[in-house]
Amino acid sequence: MSTPAAIAIGCSAGGVDALKAVLGGLDAKLSQAILVCLHSRSDTVDMLCQVLKRISALPVVEAIERDAVQSGVIHLAPPGYHLLVESDLHFALSIDPRVNHARPSIDVLFYSVAEVWRDALIGVILTGANADGAAGLRRIRQLGGVAVVQSPSDAEATAMPQAALEVAGADYCVPLSDIAPLLNRLCLA
Amino acid sequence: MNDIKVDAPELDSIELDLFVQALQKRHGYDFSEYAPASLKRRLRLLADQLHCKTITGLTERVLHEPQLLPNVLEGLTVPTSEMFRDPAVFRTLREKVFPLLASYPLINIWQAGCAHGQEVYSLAILLEEAGLYDRSQIFATDLSDRALQRASEGIYSVKDAQQWSRNYQAAGGTHSLADYCSAGYKLIKLNQRLRRHVTFALHNLAIDGVFCEAHLILCRNVLIYFSDPLQDRALALFRDSLVRGGFLCLGLRENLNPSHAAQDFSPFIESARIYRLPTQAEGAHA
Repeated sequence: MSTPAAIAIGCSAGGVDALKAVLGGLDAKLSQAILVCLHSRSDTVDMLCQVLKRISALPVVEAIERDAVQSGVIHLAPPGYHLLVESDLHFALSIDPRVNHARPSIDVLFYSVAEVWRDALIGVILTGANADGAAGLRRIRQLGGVAVVQSPSDAEATAMPQAALEVAGADYCVPLSDIAPLLNRLCLA
Repeated sequence: MNDIKVDAPELDSIELDLFVQALQKRHGYDFSEYAPASLKRRLRLLADQLHCKTITGLTERVLHEPQLLPNVLEGLTVPTSEMFRDPAVFRTLREKVFPLLASYPLINIWQAGCAHGQEVYSLAILLEEAGLYDRSQIFATDLSDRALQRASEGIYSVKDAQQWSRNYQAAGGTHSLADYCSAGYKLIKLNQRLRRHVTFALHNLAIDGVFCEAHLILCRNVLIYFSDPLQDRALALFRDSLVRGGFLCLGLRENLNPSHAAQDFSPFIESARIYRLPTQAEGAHA
């Protein structure tokens, strides 16, 4: 694979704690764009932004429609919309129907970024209670990207990482505490 | 032949371009200024539904089976909405915008991209409860015939009604949503009296011109599917359709790229994405 240009992370149930562990452990020197899709019932990601800002060495912002994807910045998908990335590296939003009962859907994000960054992408699936993200992770691998999945036995909700392993497989399947060090190693190598 | 990559990155955009050209040349619908990421996704879903292996397969059917056009248009514009989606926005319209609209003897409202009409009925209910409906006219437009047909029927799944009812209450509704519809086993039908001041009409923001003189335009989550130049075109159309001091309401996460037309609008209630043209007095020096 090429040097990664971006990391896309998906999770649902138990995702806030898992994101704290992963994003809190990322190196401040990372120059990758980081895109996060968390299933949430909330109407805003303001609270989540605040929480993650406190523990992350990298800036945390909500992804804004039509704005450029920024390197070294963590972008959160806004609630109620699917998040996509255009080939000119700008964000796009959609209110197309839910996918796997979710909007934002991890599959929609992963399909889109897989085609933009191809082998310069790392896809990460963390804890979650449904199979969203599995097909998207398979697409990431098909196009040469790297797949990282949290060990199901280690996840608060096992369905999502389990489905990802079954549908996509993984280049790395590791416990939560190992994910940030792994990403740092892959990105700073 | 082995050196030809099945998944070459440019293959997708070639197929997408060819489809868009075919649709335009064969049927006159121009999607060339739609933002590619969502368009490509919708085309793939549509290709799947119509049992085409590739987007090129879909292109062939669009060229040779004109009867598919309504399906294709519906698939490319995927109408999804709910009644009183983002209740705070409807509450803001009721509390902050309607009192200003009330000064006009006749109130024209343009709902651009009305899809299946959920917001048209939401708006009609809101106007009814504000005592303004009998001097209002709602122009509800869409580029899809089939969407307009569905919108004018006002029939929706009963599954959605519970959420819509909660939305209605949160929007400050003064009755009960059930008062405005009849419910069957699986479907609800909106009271057709709500349609008495609604005109449904075909209009395509990508090619058509000014539609009416409006005091308020609602166009929520439509422009998110447009490229920057097409967003600019639509905003210019809205500007030219609105009276001085007229209002524009966009979707909650929409971002006005600092285009020419966007600069003519000032935020009125930014949190609800409601914008306004300058009033007569403010505009005098311009």
